[in-house]
Amino acid sequence: MNKLGLIIRREYLAKVRNKSFVVMTFLSPILMVGMVVLIAYLTKLNDSEKHVISVLNNSDYFSEDFISTESVGYIHFTNLDLETAKDSAANLGFYGLLYIPDEENLETVAEKAYFYSKEAASTQLLSRIENSFQERLRQRKLEKLGVSSEEFAQIGDTFEIQTSTFDGEQNLKGVNELKVAIGGAFGYLIMMFIIIYGGFVMRSVIEEKTSRIIEVIVSSVKPFQLMLGKIIGTSLAGITQFAIWIISASLLLFVAFAVFKIDPATMNSTADLTANMGVNVDSPIPSNSQLIQYAKEIYKVPWGMLIFFFFIYFILGYLIYSSIYAAIGAAVDNETDTQQFIFPVILPLMLAIYVGFFSVFSNPHGPIAVGFSLFPLTSPIVMLMRLPNGLGEGGVPIWQVVTSIFLLILTFIGIVWMAAKIYRVGILMYGKKPSYKEIFKWLKY
Amino acid sequence: MNNILVTKEVTKQFGDYKALNKVSLEIPKNSIYGLLGPNGAGKTTLIRIINQITFPDSGTVFFDGAPLEPKHISMIGYLPEERGLYKSMKVGEQALYLAQLKGLSKSEAKDRLKYWFDRLEIGDWWNKKVQELSKGMAQKIQFIVTVLHRPKLLIFDEPFSGFDPINANIIKDEILELKNEGTSIIFSTHRMESVEELCDHIALIHQSEKILDGKLSDIKKAYKNNIYDVGVQVANADALLNPMKEKFQISHSTYHKDEELLNFKIQLPSNDTSDFLTYLSDKTIVNQFVEQVPSANEIFIRTVQDKDAHE
Repeated sequence: MNKLGLIIRREYLAKVRNKSFVVMTFLSPILMVGMVVLIAYLTKLNDSEKHVISVLNNSDYFSEDFISTESVGYIHFTNLDLETAKDSAANLGFYGLLYIPDEENLETVAEKAYFYSKEAASTQLLSRIENSFQERLRQRKLEKLGVSSEEFAQIGDTFEIQTSTFDGEQNLKGVNELKVAIGGAFGYLIMMFIIIYGGFVMRSVIEEKTSRIIEVIVSSVKPFQLMLGKIIGTSLAGITQFAIWIISASLLLFVAFAVFKIDPATMNSTADLTANMGVNVDSPIPSNSQLIQYAKEIYKVPWGMLIFFFFIYFILGYLIYSSIYAAIGAAVDNETDTQQFIFPVILPLMLAIYVGFFSVFSNPHGPIAVGFSLFPLTSPIVMLMRLPNGLGEGGVPIWQVVTSIFLLILTFIGIVWMAAKIYRVGILMYGKKPSYKEIFKWLKY
Repeated sequence: MNNILVTKEVTKQFGDYKALNKVSLEIPKNSIYGLLGPNGAGKTTLIRIINQITFPDSGTVFFDGAPLEPKHISMIGYLPEERGLYKSMKVGEQALYLAQLKGLSKSEAKDRLKYWFDRLEIGDWWNKKVQELSKGMAQKIQFIVTVLHRPKLLIFDEPFSGFDPINANIIKDEILELKNEGTSIIFSTHRMESVEELCDHIALIHQSEKILDGKLSDIKKAYKNNIYDVGVQVANADALLNPMKEKFQISHSTYHKDEELLNFKIQLPSNDTSDFLTYLSDKTIVNQFVEQVPSANEIFIRTVQDKDAHE
């Protein structure tokens, strides 16, 4: 086995055998699935809590409004005065009492209506009641203006515009966002991977420095070989961990949903949350035919191309960032000294995610989106957000992809060269807390 | 070719700081070569250049007659001063890894490790984790890993630090044994008594320059200044000493009246002692007449101080 192979093997095994790594690998999916199931379960629980409210309606209005539904039950009191009604509501354990007094007109009735409850009433419930009042008030005003109830019912229609591409293909609203979200998920994956495993690389370099084994090793292998072996070994461990996470999390989710009898379709919001990594696609609940169309759109995303470019951007981006992490690890003596160097590294990653989401969401081919998808430190993430729209006509122009990869490769060579120099000098420096100025000097050694 | 390693005018600069200035050394085969010098003199930089961890700005290094190349790494064994092991790795696994990095095959490395573990009586450590070992125990492992691939040239930087006297002795014997087997050894240390015991040749580096090198015995000869320890039996000490004091420098004279024993140090003008001895034996009985040879320690301090005084 050659030396690089040996180093990769050792780094991989050292990582994989590490107790906290093993615990994290197997605990994380359980925690993650546990969270999702808990949220889903709580949502369900919350929805199923039924409020029972007593209504004392002394007026002529609202006779048709407060009728028991699945989530709220209404018990109508009649011929009771307010105090007795309050007492009985409290004694019977009702959630609250809605008091509607008898007044000469609707406006006054509404003004003087009261809701009594044992504790502060839930906003959800209050807004439901308020809505009923508002509806009646509006209806009455319109009646005054000469609009009949039938006409009023018709006004309630909501409106959504139909969209289509120029060549007549049916277009769906939110598809753009959906595509960005798919690309964003890939980009987010890259960012997470860089932050987690870049940190591992850094800590592993620091460990070699503090345990003083580094000089023994570099008397046998070139520092660059060691750095490369470390980065590759750690990323292989990372890929193993990610694979275990994805497989076991999907299995667990499947099992959990089956056991808790939660229908994933009814909990779109939580499902979206995990699928889109925090992106809320603000869309009305789609109908069945629309769902099929969404599915078609997702199917139409050029997955092969996307995955191909994901690997290119992933590998280049990860190598760039992890060699920076390795250089940071080499420059310092202990982890507490790393803070000042890490922030500028994470900054472009965060920028890529946030700027990427905001600019690419609003316009995938706008100047900001294009700029960030060309800039090498943000391109792996932002370009992946743009790519689900396709490559070439209608999507990302080919020259932009070529330019961004070209710039990325140039940066990769430059950064790895610099990082290797800093690494080579830094690993043999003990007991110094280096400044940026000093590290810059190392480049010239 | 009698030299395992030759450096020619090796210079290394770190920014504004010159770590090595035109250092030329010749390290003979099959000997122990002491690389001495105060802290920060540039020894470690030189050793790192020999190990190809860093590279000289100018000058050349020859290994066994050929310019130093990456392939020579497997022929050099290096025990750095700043040394350690992976804490969470098992001893055997780690030794195997380090041996394989030096180019040994796995099975060969295993056989040799077994031999050395038995030899140093640490066979039962194989499955221990390094963090369970004491510092001295870890040093033993490091020593084994350094010599395991049977390098032609061994470089020890403070090899005895961290060892108790018993284990330091074991390691010292092993180093001598390796020399007898034909290995050339560079030995860097501040402990002058071990230089005295082990080294055949030395070089002294001070302020990035070599200020002295050569065979230890030759250097000692050169640093002798014809001072002799003399012990005689005499009834009247002053009668003997006073006439001599006019001609020579005499110091440290002590006289034991009861036994009529006189001890003193005398510096003679040359190393021709026959006239003086004849003169002395005519008057007294000479019990002791020993030339005072400077210790490595004295040579070290004197050379460094001379050098500093000249600047």
